[in-house]
Amino acid sequence: MSKWENNRAWFFILPVFVIVAFSAIIPLMTVVNYSVQDIFGPGQRFFVGLEWFREVLLDTRLHDALWRQLTFSGLVLLIEMPLGVAIALTMPKKGWASSLCLVILALPLLIPWNVIGTIWIIFTRPDIGLMGSLINSAGISFDHTANAFDAWTTLMLMEVWHWTPLVVLLAFAGLRAIPEAYYQAAKIDGASPWAIFRYIQLPKMRGVLTIALLLRFMDSFLIYAEPFVLTGGGPGNATTFLSIYLVKIAVGQFDLGPAAAFSLIYFLIILLFCWLFYQALQAVEGGEKS
Amino acid sequence: MNLEWMAWTPVTAGFFITIALILIGMTIWEIKSPCVARRGLLPLITTRGDRLFIGLLGSAYIHLSWVGLTDFPLWIATVISVCFLTALMRWG
Repeated sequence: MSKWENNRAWFFILPVFVIVAFSAIIPLMTVVNYSVQDIFGPGQRFFVGLEWFREVLLDTRLHDALWRQLTFSGLVLLIEMPLGVAIALTMPKKGWASSLCLVILALPLLIPWNVIGTIWIIFTRPDIGLMGSLINSAGISFDHTANAFDAWTTLMLMEVWHWTPLVVLLAFAGLRAIPEAYYQAAKIDGASPWAIFRYIQLPKMRGVLTIALLLRFMDSFLIYAEPFVLTGGGPGNATTFLSIYLVKIAVGQFDLGPAAAFSLIYFLIILLFCWLFYQALQAVEGGEKS
Repeated sequence: MNLEWMAWTPVTAGFFITIALILIGMTIWEIKSPCVARRGLLPLITTRGDRLFIGLLGSAYIHLSWVGLTDFPLWIATVISVCFLTALMRWG
């Protein structure tokens, strides 16, 4: 009897299966189909095998975009993770001040991504933007539309401003979960602030920081809306990340075959990183249990 | 139902049918003989499904590397991938 009831539960996941099929599996199948054909229009298509994959894999612009993407994600993590932990450590732990800090920090997370890009376009404009005009009035030429370094600086600042709060919130939650007894024991032992951080706070935050690392890597690796609005991939190709380059091929040039092959390679890269991070997370959780 | 927009080809249909058959086969295998997670050649504890996933992902990368780095026929990469997948399922 109980076996039948348990098996019947599978029917309840059918709606989810149908939704996933229509939102993910069928589009993925279509992309695979497109990736092996040269498509001119409805009913006009020719099988080309793995020709588009070869073309895309040998495309130096894709290699450049991949390195740019990895550099961007690496820099973002290098800045956001320590900064997020540092802010969480210095925040008030209790009372109204703590709540106020959390609300203010969460504000950038609530703004739509394309609006973030627009805000930073205006903010960094040399003529009317607060940041742009201030930097230029200090005698430093700053223009994110003309200078690659300025474009990267603006993008990094925008990304850090937008997403560090997520790391802060997660790190703060991790800190709040540490029992007071640990701090009391450290106080009795006369531990320095650094020793408390190194041997109590950091190990206890390991789980949430791994989740923060995963989320931030994946989000920054898939970034599209903000750089598209802010720089459009320029100046030149200086901020053309994988997603921007993919959209240029698929929508700009309407090369559906190469774009489909590119999408599948992009998907495989993300799948690999997801799996590696998942394994890392499992290892961390295993370490915490033991 | 008109599926012309999905642009099916015999090759891609065969690919997805193979994947579907593998998944159905794995499900039946799991029901008949439930798997126990173990540590083999891979430096992590894996279930049968984990090893299949790693094998399929690895096979995709073998094919991509083959296409991107060599001019040899693709069937060699497929043979290597099948051997890799089989070895991983057995000893991984």
